[in-house]
Amino acid sequence: MAAGVAAWLPFARAAAIGWMPVANCPMPIAPSDKSRRQDELIVLNVSGRRFQTWRTTLDRYPDTLLGSSEKEFFYNEETKEYFFDRDPDVFRSILNFYRTGKLHYPRYECISAYDEELAFFGIIPEIIGDCCYEEYKDRKRENAERLMDDNDQENGKEGNLPNLNFRETMWRAFENPHTSTMALVFYYVTGFFIAISVITNVVETVPCGIHLNQKDLPCGERYSVAFFCLDTACVMIFTVEYLLRLFAAPSRYRFIRSVMSIIDVVAIMPYYIGLVMTNNEDVSGAFVTLRVFRVFRIFKFSRHSQGLRILGYTLKSCASELGFLLFSLTMAIIIFATVMYYAEKGSSASKFTSIPASFWYTIVTMTTLGYGDMVPKTIAGKIFGSICSLSGVLVIALPVPVIVSNFSRIYHQNQRADKRRAQKVQKARLARIRVAKAGSSNAFLRSKRNGLLNEALELTGSGEEDQHLSKSTSVIESQHHHLLHCLEKTTNHEFVDEQVFEHNCLESGMKNYTSRSPSLDSSHGLTGTCCSRRSKKTTHLPNSSVPATRLRSMQELSAIHIQCGEQQALSTSRSSLNVQSDEALRLNCQSSQITTAIISIPTPPTASPEGSLPQPSSPSQPSAGVNIVKVSAL
Amino acid sequence: MLTVEWETEGLQTVGIVVIICASLKLLHLLGLIDFSKDSVEDELEMATVRHRPEGLEQLEAQTQFTKKELQILYRGFKNECPSGVVNEETFKEIYSQFFPQGDASTYAHYLFNAFDTDHNGSVSFQDFVMGLSILLRGSIQEKLNWAFNLYDINKDGYITKEEMLDIMKAIYDMMGKYTYPVLKEETPKQHVEIFFQKMDKNKDGVVTIDEFIDCCQKDENIMRSMQLFENVI
Repeated sequence: MAAGVAAWLPFARAAAIGWMPVANCPMPIAPSDKSRRQDELIVLNVSGRRFQTWRTTLDRYPDTLLGSSEKEFFYNEETKEYFFDRDPDVFRSILNFYRTGKLHYPRYECISAYDEELAFFGIIPEIIGDCCYEEYKDRKRENAERLMDDNDQENGKEGNLPNLNFRETMWRAFENPHTSTMALVFYYVTGFFIAISVITNVVETVPCGIHLNQKDLPCGERYSVAFFCLDTACVMIFTVEYLLRLFAAPSRYRFIRSVMSIIDVVAIMPYYIGLVMTNNEDVSGAFVTLRVFRVFRIFKFSRHSQGLRILGYTLKSCASELGFLLFSLTMAIIIFATVMYYAEKGSSASKFTSIPASFWYTIVTMTTLGYGDMVPKTIAGKIFGSICSLSGVLVIALPVPVIVSNFSRIYHQNQRADKRRAQKVQKARLARIRVAKAGSSNAFLRSKRNGLLNEALELTGSGEEDQHLSKSTSVIESQHHHLLHCLEKTTNHEFVDEQVFEHNCLESGMKNYTSRSPSLDSSHGLTGTCCSRRSKKTTHLPNSSVPATRLRSMQELSAIHIQCGEQQALSTSRSSLNVQSDEALRLNCQSSQITTAIISIPTPPTASPEGSLPQPSSPSQPSAGVNIVKVSAL
Repeated sequence: MLTVEWETEGLQTVGIVVIICASLKLLHLLGLIDFSKDSVEDELEMATVRHRPEGLEQLEAQTQFTKKELQILYRGFKNECPSGVVNEETFKEIYSQFFPQGDASTYAHYLFNAFDTDHNGSVSFQDFVMGLSILLRGSIQEKLNWAFNLYDINKDGYITKEEMLDIMKAIYDMMGKYTYPVLKEETPKQHVEIFFQKMDKNKDGVVTIDEFIDCCQKDENIMRSMQLFENVI
């Protein structure tokens, strides 16, 4: 329950008077505020700085240090104040939490110092308000990563791990070229050959000077043997490298599926396909096309360059922005191409022969290239053309900063995989907040059992023995629970928690309601059900389905062994309580002793002459107004 | 050929119209032209509403609380609503915090109307404290009067079955879904029937204030529960 809301509890309780005329049952007794003292100021001395606040302010959060009796350990008798040897600056935010119900994180504070203070005062960081929570989490993550980085660096310098077999050494050499000189040599050699291969491909197409049929001959065809040898050497190196990597990979299947290995394969395949198919004239066209794929060798450089990898990662992570860019561009292109086509349809010798033909104009204009091979001639065409170019600038300029900032973020973080961790932490945070919220309703359900115990104690007036029980829930808690109890009584329904509700739903399918004892229900209607609920807690309704009763009897047992006891201590293992009416029931409850009744549920058909034991087979009960009170047990 | 000419002419006109509209919109955006008159008043409404209650002595005279109690009440009130008045949204939020399992907003709405005696859409500290004074320190007559006022949604002096059904549904909504026994559709209706059977003496389908007070005073349970919350403050 939030802080300020506790101040409204008296109002909510007063408003409960609105339920009273509607309710048909008597209300439970209100918890009396035994320790009612006037609200007093208490002084908190934190390292010399004195803070003062009302006692009730601190009592709002009884599960923290300041709200519970734990602060008595810090009480200084001579000066009549609570002394804490902690940081007074951070204490300011902590005290504000009690006052306003919101915990704020001051940005100038160190994150670990703040965490320590929170831990000391027993406050969970998850309740930091939304205004400061992101900052807090970011700082915490940075700190954690810094610590982790330091750890990693320390570990990395430790040296070789023992017991690496040859295969693992090789894999490590491939992935981290700095581990050994052999790996470094291999790294540079492959890099060199990639460069050679790319340059070869480029130079191959440069015209070399000899004119043949009015056409310059490219160098590739002039020095074809030399180029072929170079190509072969490069491909051999690449093949060897690929096979070595394949051998050394810890998981071959995963390696084959990885992007780098696909690039490797695509880089060397054209050569082998070319070897196989040189003599076939039909597919020589396709063979020429395959040579285009040799340019993929340049991507092999990405193993050698961190920046290239980051670029690739950025593009992958900005997939949604890129997709949006593409989609909006397509939309705009189609719109403007259509408009331009119809605008230019009238002019003579117009280049805008069809809408797809106008696509080219639109793309060139929107990206502000403006080749000038297609220009509009009519006025309308020129107007729409200018609108097209203006909108092109906007549409392209919008997603680009997002991509840029993404790139810079990733570059600076150097590819820390923090997104995964953030998801888990967010889930954990929400789970903890949910648990804290559910705690209030669960607290009510849990304390209902205690509450009944307390009620009986109130009735009997024997307060001394079990004071500790009533102190375990604070005054505000007990008042809140009393309020919820009143609502239950007004509506004749009880709060249960989810699992029990599900269970009941399942059971109600099996249970047949008609087997209820008619004598109890028929004449009283809802009132009867309500008040007989009280006695039903001590009445075992004969019921054909045992599991349902077992469940209810578990609930009843917890209530029963508290509510009704007899004066004499029961020595027998079976207790049967016969009462004449509800008043008598209450009278019995005022006995000072609380006894546990132990009953076994499968009762034999031979009942004692008092007729007080449940008979699963006989649904009838003496209907002379006698409420037979039975205690059903596990 | 004529159609082609018309097409071109038409497109030219469309183009010119588009240009004119775009430039007008641009000027409007820049603030040079104003199309509508009521664009100035929007900024004044953002000022927060602040409200100060009457003096402590006056409140003490009007209600039956002591000074100290009023102080404590005001501190809690001001803490939650720094502006000095509670509007319905805040009221619903606050009240819902006490009933985490159900939906308390409908009942909070009726409660708000019961507290907002001058029906101006907000509950000031006076309204709040006067309502509380009736509930906690008033006579039985006054309390029953207040309860009648709560149930009488349209404040016409009669509680009809529909009004009672609305209130009953609101109360049952606060229980939520997870109850034992399971809440059925007709439970509120049955409850309303019982209520009317008890209260409506002349069986005319409505409950007047006299019937209500009369009947409640005869019912022991109700009398006893009315005294329940006397020591809340």
